[in-house]
Amino acid sequence: MARTPGGPADVLRQIPMILAKDLLIEWRARSRAFALACFALTLLLLFSFAVGADAATLRAHAGAYLWMSVLLSSTLLLAQSLQHEVEGGALDTLTLAPVSPAALFYGKALANAAQLVLLTAVALPPVIALFDAPVKEPLGLLVLVSVLGCAGVAAPGTLYAALTARLASKQLLLPLLLFPLIVPCLLASVKATSLLMSGDPMGQVGSWLGLLLAFDVLYWSLCGLLFGRVIAA
Amino acid sequence: MGSEGAAADRLLSWDRVSLVIGLLLLIVGHYQGLFVAPAEAMMGDVGRILYVHVPTAWACMLVYTACFVFAGLALWSGKGKWDAAMEASAEVGVLYNALLLIQGSLWARPTWGVFWTWDPRLTTSAIVLVLFVGVLVLRRVITEPERRLNLGSIAAVLAYAGVPIVYFSVKWWRTLHQPFSSPATVSDSFITPLRLAAFGMIFLGIGLIGLRWRALRREVERELSAPALPAALPTLELGQRGPGGAA
Amino acid sequence: MTADTSEAPVAALPPPAAAVSCVGLARRFGRRWAFSRVDLEVPAGQRLLVMGANGSGKTTLLKVISTLLAPSLGQLRVCGIDPAEDPAAARRRLHLLSHSLGLYEDLSGEDNLRVFGRLLGKDDLDVDPVLRQVGLERRPDPIRAYSAGMRKRLQLAALLVKGPELTLLDEPFAALDPLGCAAVEGLIAALPGAVIVASHQVVRASRLCERAILMDQGAVRWMGPAEQAVEAWRALHGGDDLQGGG
Repeated sequence: MARTPGGPADVLRQIPMILAKDLLIEWRARSRAFALACFALTLLLLFSFAVGADAATLRAHAGAYLWMSVLLSSTLLLAQSLQHEVEGGALDTLTLAPVSPAALFYGKALANAAQLVLLTAVALPPVIALFDAPVKEPLGLLVLVSVLGCAGVAAPGTLYAALTARLASKQLLLPLLLFPLIVPCLLASVKATSLLMSGDPMGQVGSWLGLLLAFDVLYWSLCGLLFGRVIAA
Repeated sequence: MGSEGAAADRLLSWDRVSLVIGLLLLIVGHYQGLFVAPAEAMMGDVGRILYVHVPTAWACMLVYTACFVFAGLALWSGKGKWDAAMEASAEVGVLYNALLLIQGSLWARPTWGVFWTWDPRLTTSAIVLVLFVGVLVLRRVITEPERRLNLGSIAAVLAYAGVPIVYFSVKWWRTLHQPFSSPATVSDSFITPLRLAAFGMIFLGIGLIGLRWRALRREVERELSAPALPAALPTLELGQRGPGGAA
Repeated sequence: MTADTSEAPVAALPPPAAAVSCVGLARRFGRRWAFSRVDLEVPAGQRLLVMGANGSGKTTLLKVISTLLAPSLGQLRVCGIDPAEDPAAARRRLHLLSHSLGLYEDLSGEDNLRVFGRLLGKDDLDVDPVLRQVGLERRPDPIRAYSAGMRKRLQLAALLVKGPELTLLDEPFAALDPLGCAAVEGLIAALPGAVIVASHQVVRASRLCERAILMDQGAVRWMGPAEQAVEAWRALHGGDDLQGGG
């Protein structure tokens, strides 16, 4: 049982453990995930009612509805993912195991990103059916947009969920801090998705993917650096 | 600390001096802008809001940059003075930012016929305003001083780091925008009032940050400072058998 | 369990290192000192009782010793290691059972132990003997549904999985009925390594320990053999209203 103390190898070894643990918890409490998916679908219906029954308008904005419903559901998911750690003091047990803060952050952020991708996948068929917006470009590109977009929400989302987890008004503060920050990610995801749905003769999707990638690189590195300070505080 | 405190109460402190310089520069700059410089070719007299709007935008950006630097210093050193400076500059940044949005709307109405356009700079400044309002709200909610320093500064660093990417994303999203106004593209008669007003806003900002910093600093440092250790309590004596060696 | 000679050279410490040694230790929250001027030496393998009324600083002291909170003042060494220099090494040697569960409410007891074991590098942990040791059996339901006694047993099972050199127990008898108390007492008595028990159930906890300290308003007011713990408590708080007799 010889282990090197807290080195990068330790971090890399622990990330998949934290990821697996978070996914196991969500699987064991899957009725909650089901409720979240239902909430996302309800939002899709609400957007249609709010906008009106004009088929052309709905189709034109199908990508926007998809991402708005994922985004609004994401705060519930993100808050829940930190709630596990804080409510029973499991975070203390992890800290003493010892799990490094970086491993904890990347494991949790990956688990959250994976769940968001799954949520997008669940919401996509209803979006196509409800708004009559078939995907004209290769589906693989849409998967890529979904992965990059969800990763962009998950990294700052996990950090801000940790930052607000112990505060009295966390339900309010998490979206207040998170939503303005991920405007670029939302813009790029919506634009890219809409282009993939309506067709992309000018080849503009590439630049939006580039923006998403830049956003992800910035916040996955910055949040990983700062997470230790957040949970120590 | 004692001599610093005395200096702080002197009438001619640096923040008050800066405030006066800023106001004077603004008065001279705006007098020139309103009465000396010729009317703008396209917009006429409405264009004169340029002398208020552009300096506010420059100063606002500088104030946020200062806030980012103070947040980094607070995180690195854990010192209350940087924490107070961070909060002071975030407040002034939010004030300038709100002014900027109001001026932008006032400009947009006669120019484009609407109060709001999705111009990248205007939109970015609206998003940044919400980001920094979030930072200030977060600080108000946290009662424990060490935690407030850490979490508030982290939120400020993240918010500031996002500004360029927010700007580029909005710019790509709406390619409709004005060419940049910088002294190089503006004729001579506009430069002087613009520069005067810009330095005016910057000095005013420094003065305002100084005033708020002074007001906040004492409280923040008091909260973060260690109080004297409580007096040692006497060791308990038990009957005839002596106690162990307690502190 | 305490000294594994096959470990990396980093872990090979001189054997007589005290489990806990602190000098002038103090911690504050904002402007309030939770405890101060604590000098303490707990030799390896010793059991120490930390007595004190609510708010006397016991819990904070345990959190600081466990490295979850950094001390505001003073020096701390855990098993010869300065946690400020190498927190991971110190944390690997200790475990804290606090008021809170420290486990995941949505997972079953078995899942919780497996997850915890994996984090400790024990990938193929056999949970059955551990559960049997604490008097639990495999159950598929999440521990959200467990009683207070079962929760405490599961916390102790996690402790057994880690097998630390230093165990910190914060109010291990809280919320337990007399039967549960007796069972937990038996489990604690069998723990290897150094143990620090914080409790105001003085009579019961003092039976488990060799030495005791009494905390009052964040200060250590008395330190001595555990047999005198009840006497010390009475000397400070008076009366016969001792909690946790029997």
